[in-house]
Amino acid sequence: MEIPYNVEPRPDTGLYNAKLGVWLFLASEVMLFGALFSSYILLRTGAPVWPMGRQLLNVPLATLNTVILIASSMTMVMSWASLKLKNFGKFRLYMGLTLLLALGFLVVKGFEYGAEFGEHRFPATSMFLAVYFTLTGLHGLHIVGGMIVNGYLWGPGAKMWKTDPERFTNRIEVAGLYWHFVDLVWIFLFPTLYLL
Amino acid sequence: MSSHDDVESVKKQTRAYLKVFATLMVMTVLTVAVAFMHMPPVVAIGIALAIALFKGSLVAGVFMHLFHEHKAIYWILLLTVAFFFVLLFWPTLSAWDQRHL
Repeated sequence: MEIPYNVEPRPDTGLYNAKLGVWLFLASEVMLFGALFSSYILLRTGAPVWPMGRQLLNVPLATLNTVILIASSMTMVMSWASLKLKNFGKFRLYMGLTLLLALGFLVVKGFEYGAEFGEHRFPATSMFLAVYFTLTGLHGLHIVGGMIVNGYLWGPGAKMWKTDPERFTNRIEVAGLYWHFVDLVWIFLFPTLYLL
Repeated sequence: MSSHDDVESVKKQTRAYLKVFATLMVMTVLTVAVAFMHMPPVVAIGIALAIALFKGSLVAGVFMHLFHEHKAIYWILLLTVAFFFVLLFWPTLSAWDQRHL
């Protein structure tokens, strides 16, 4: 039996089901990161002293990662636009670039973590570092999750383009929603942890 | 909407994506520059969060198509934002209350 509303919108919501589902999932993600941001504000306002992130962390590398992640959001949305324009080759190119940029983000983050550990800075070292590693670690896991999904859609999952192109285009759109959300979280993490 | 209109609409959106991308890059440079200007902490935090909010709304509005979405999503987000602010400020205000009572 065909699952309904994969392509055509449901009459009551005006949306295809996957889009509604991903937005509900993103709402739960807002609450997850919201709880952690709230903990950060609570700990920071209650602490007698709190270090400036830029004195401990590597701002140039974090700026580079911000540029990388914004660029990956751009390539992700372009991969969806390419499918809307029926250009599968360009979709493959843009999605491939998104994956490479995501990998680049993780490599840069790996260098940052390596430098922190090299200077004996661990999550247990201070409250600031506990918050830093928790927030950036959880964000990094989201990047890995997004790469797994995007990698599937770039590789074996792309077969659907031949059998059901509209449904595949919708899959790329909802994968993009998640990916842009991960970018959005970083847009707030970057100044909060590194600059202020 | 005809297929030609659809193609034109996507091409128009693509130009918007490029403009947003360029704006986000400029705003990223601005965020870093402002942070190193030695301003009072309250002003620095205000400016950094204002830029982050602006960048975030561009990503959500244009890349995530939120500026042209259906009502159902706006309702979900309205509820989420309300709960998010409760979650964000309630523990802080409650701790502040305890310290000042």
